[in-house]
Amino acid sequence: MILGHGKGVKNNMWTYDRQLQYPINIKRRDPKLAKVIISQYGGPDGELGASLRYLSQKFGMPDKKSKAILNDIGTEELAHLEMVGTIVHQLTDGATAKELEEAGLADYYTDHGWGVYPQAASGFPWNAATIAVKGNPIADLTEDLAAEQKARATYEKLIDLCQNNKEVTDILKYLREREIVHFQRFGEALNGVQEKLAQKKFYMDNINQVL
Amino acid sequence: MEEENLNRNELMRKIMDYKFAINDMALFLDTHPCNENALMKHNDFVKKYQECKEKYETAYGPLSIDTEINSWEKWVYDPWPWERSEK
Repeated sequence: MILGHGKGVKNNMWTYDRQLQYPINIKRRDPKLAKVIISQYGGPDGELGASLRYLSQKFGMPDKKSKAILNDIGTEELAHLEMVGTIVHQLTDGATAKELEEAGLADYYTDHGWGVYPQAASGFPWNAATIAVKGNPIADLTEDLAAEQKARATYEKLIDLCQNNKEVTDILKYLREREIVHFQRFGEALNGVQEKLAQKKFYMDNINQVL
Repeated sequence: MEEENLNRNELMRKIMDYKFAINDMALFLDTHPCNENALMKHNDFVKKYQECKEKYETAYGPLSIDTEINSWEKWVYDPWPWERSEK
């Protein structure tokens, strides 16, 4: 059956690439680290929130460059969600119920077993209240800049907690660096919006026409 | 092609490198859409990515469902990216 028409065909909005953005093959199981790293899966500054924040904000974004950057960073965040899920999976895969209990994961094991559930390190389930979609370019892009800094700070805390496991800190350092690149790109988008707004007189309720 | 004698893991690593570079150039181009130099680099990475991906898929099986697939078994039975490999 022919599904495409040769190389380079992109006929779906999203498809799964059978490759991670950065290699992850953690040899040493360590459920204690999984217990905190899961916060970047479904915690307040995690990758699930990041992807949904940007992919939802783009619909109400009047500025062309900002639409593009929200769409493409939002998509990259989905790849990071997959990476964090992979870390949590590999750190717990093959652990016995007893080992999970000793790592403080008895509650988690009860509700989720060896599945990866989007929750904060505290156990609080992922909550859409941790993201904002304001429908205003200045407000949304400013939120995005803060979100990238909060994610960077979270990765730094996780790196502090994972010092005895270089396999894990290597990946966390990579993810931290991506937050810095995203911060840079959102900053450029915000500058562009502000420059356009400075070019002519406008009324705040007219912002969508100006951009 | 410089990727001629790579083994499976090395070829996969190249694919990951090029895909990363494509993505990073794309983010730059989103806020600098008129930058010709970045666009040239992007297109160069795409070309190399496609060459490596095609070579990998011919030898080892599909990396995405939007390519021609002779047998679906590899898609189903090969290890997934999130699974730990013993290598």
